[in-house]
Amino acid sequence: MAFQLVPSNTKIDFVQFRGIAQIFSTLAIVGSIAAFFTLGLNFGIDFRGGVTVEVGPAPGQVFTEQSLTDAREATGQLGLGDVQVQTIGGTAGAEDGIVVSVEAISEEDGGQERQAAVAGEVQEVLRQALGAEIEMRRVDSVTPTVSGELVQAGVTALVVAIGLMLVYIWFRFEWQFSIGAILALTHDVILTIGVFCITQFEFSLAIIAALLTIIGYSMNDTVVIYDRIRENLRKFKAMDLKDVVNLSVNQTLGRTIMTSLTTLLAVVSLFLFGGEVLRGFSFALIWGVIVGTYSTVYIASPLLLMTGVKRDWTPGGSAANAEADARP
Amino acid sequence: MLRFNRWQTIGLALLMVLAAYVTIPNFISDENPVPGLPDTGVTLGLDLQGGSYLLLGVGTEEVIDARINNIRGDIPREMRKDPRVRFIPPQRQGDAIVVGIPEGQDFSVAVDRLRRLSRPLTGAAGRDLRVTSDEGARQISLELTPEAREFYASDAVTSSITAVRNRIDALGTTEPTIQRQGEDRLVLQVPGDGDSERLKSVIGRTGQLSFHMVDDTVTPTDIAEGRVPPRRIVLPNVDFGGQLALFESPDITGDMITDASASPNSDGGGWQVNFAFDGRGQRRFADVTRENLGRRFAIVLDEQIISAPTIQTPILGGSGRITGRFAPEEATELAILIKSGALPAPLTVLDQRTVGASLGADSVRAGTIALLIGFGLVIVYMAFTYGRFGLYADIALLANVLLISGALSLLGATLTLPGIAGIVLTIGMAVDANVLIFERIREEMNSGKASVAAVESGYKNALSAIIDANLTTLIAAFIMFTLGSGPVRGFAVTLGIGVITSVFTAFVITRVFAGGYVLKARPKTLAI
Repeated sequence: MAFQLVPSNTKIDFVQFRGIAQIFSTLAIVGSIAAFFTLGLNFGIDFRGGVTVEVGPAPGQVFTEQSLTDAREATGQLGLGDVQVQTIGGTAGAEDGIVVSVEAISEEDGGQERQAAVAGEVQEVLRQALGAEIEMRRVDSVTPTVSGELVQAGVTALVVAIGLMLVYIWFRFEWQFSIGAILALTHDVILTIGVFCITQFEFSLAIIAALLTIIGYSMNDTVVIYDRIRENLRKFKAMDLKDVVNLSVNQTLGRTIMTSLTTLLAVVSLFLFGGEVLRGFSFALIWGVIVGTYSTVYIASPLLLMTGVKRDWTPGGSAANAEADARP
Repeated sequence: MLRFNRWQTIGLALLMVLAAYVTIPNFISDENPVPGLPDTGVTLGLDLQGGSYLLLGVGTEEVIDARINNIRGDIPREMRKDPRVRFIPPQRQGDAIVVGIPEGQDFSVAVDRLRRLSRPLTGAAGRDLRVTSDEGARQISLELTPEAREFYASDAVTSSITAVRNRIDALGTTEPTIQRQGEDRLVLQVPGDGDSERLKSVIGRTGQLSFHMVDDTVTPTDIAEGRVPPRRIVLPNVDFGGQLALFESPDITGDMITDASASPNSDGGGWQVNFAFDGRGQRRFADVTRENLGRRFAIVLDEQIISAPTIQTPILGGSGRITGRFAPEEATELAILIKSGALPAPLTVLDQRTVGASLGADSVRAGTIALLIGFGLVIVYMAFTYGRFGLYADIALLANVLLISGALSLLGATLTLPGIAGIVLTIGMAVDANVLIFERIREEMNSGKASVAAVESGYKNALSAIIDANLTTLIAAFIMFTLGSGPVRGFAVTLGIGVITSVFTAFVITRVFAGGYVLKARPKTLAI
């Protein structure tokens, strides 16, 4: 007999917890929004514009505290306003490096033409301060024109994704289902943004991709339970909606947990071994899988009790009597 | 539903062989090709192999502006062809040029004359100028048509692409790609560990070259006090410092030069740039040098005098050299600029992403490790949870990875670091379809069905949830592909392909094994 993580025939009354879950989620959402306006997101240069230069030590060399001070001094002399100099972990066992971030150059200070030169100047002074043989790992320079466009494209992508999901669930199920699903999705996105405000992980283009994946994943989870609810609604026409929801969540519980775990195995391995570049991205995914699973069970499904659902799924049964049938 | 005939099984096996066949070339170096293998394979993105990505803005507004100024210059010449009509010198008002015709002059002759300036656009519909007249105000105004603006802007982007390609090729970098993006942008991608600053300095200069005679009657004091005669320009001399006054109209322009190269200075230190003229340039240069013996001429590049030698002998051979005091790199760069032709407008770097080759290699290693560990964990976990059926799912997972790499190789897709992340994530999510099926089989078993029936209805009843659930991820991937850029697109491609292949392998491949097993063994209970 193989191992069974979740016993069959669980009868947990999830619906009963919906009051607590709603309070918890509301608090988390309020907290996220508050964090967004007080702490704010730590936007990477994709969305803020600016120049980042990451260097690694030459073979045989190791960067010390002194190197960091030297780098800070050298770049400080360029007169570029707010310059940040930090150490950054190496990828796949490489030595730690130093990363220099420069704000986007304003129009008064020369704008885009000046910025193109800044990347070169920073590299030049770092070579002088840390040695000519240091390794140029990464040089990024994003002008405000492009960062503005990326913000716009990112927001558009999120809105379009949520919109398409709404339409998709509406067509495949009923509008009541799509409202529950969309609220759960929005919940996931807000909480992910909130956790990025609190942890101050860099919010980059890749995080938008992670958010879209979370939307897809959370939706995926929700759809499986909805699918079961619809099936049970057809099977048990007289059963109380509350019991149908509970039964369906319990029946799919094994799958919900199993899939979350396999997905977590993959994204945790990405977080631990995938390197510095993917760190924020895989962190967002880990968080998203957990929040997405929670919201499916505690938000998307119980919300159906508030919106009501169509009970007559036989062909010809119309959506018009949905309200009336929902509370028999 | 559980029975597969021999041909279906062979078909599946052939599919796997095909996927392996197109994947193998990825692991064989290009230097030692193995005969019989296809020319397929993924390209590593710049973030994995190292290289520079530059998004460049073309100053199309400046091109149009220069075009309008040229037309203003053409107007007096055209008007003087008809000496009966006098006119007030043309003025620019915004993007329009306004010519006033004094009272008593023939207004309609002037309008006809100016209409002749409007030419059809080569290779496009319409004409370049719109001429409108206001007889009451005695003014004629000329404006570029919208088609012409579009035409000149687009032409500027096209010739920028050519010039940039010439310059990058001359640097000797491998396989650069240059693409147009939108209306006035270029994307330049150069793989390898090359110096991005060198790249930027080569494409960052317009490379406008011209030869002018120096007006030596204008002394430095005259220049300092602003006493410069008309039709002279004052430019800085980067070779010897200071400024010189030159005749505004050039004797020779950059387009008359056909070749340029750098070499060590044949008499003295430093490097020089050698160049050769085309036929027209050769004649012009011969005339100019013959007529101006003992005078100085200036070689001007992008509004700077790079050399101002005195003409000692007439130069008739159609070639010459610039002997500033150049460093070797400077001379090489200059030769590249001169040879590749001028950019129609300056290019601005809007977005630069450069990754060093060693960071790229580290990323490949990190991505591979994460992929293998994630894969291993999921495989062990599935076998542990679902026993024999878990192993079937693991086989399907292997088949899935094979199909993903086969599809990417066949498409010649670009694999980026987020793309690898997409594959890792797909592995975690791919077993979902099998989990749905197996949990369903468990339920069917619990409701008292015999093994064959339970497996059969497990597959049947799980299908709708599988399709519904995976379509949502596919929608998300589709949005990322349409609205995303660069690395995000790479992620979308692998995620999207992975979703499709995973549904196929989870639903079909495991069914071959699970069906074969229950039909043959007809077990009383299922270890699932």
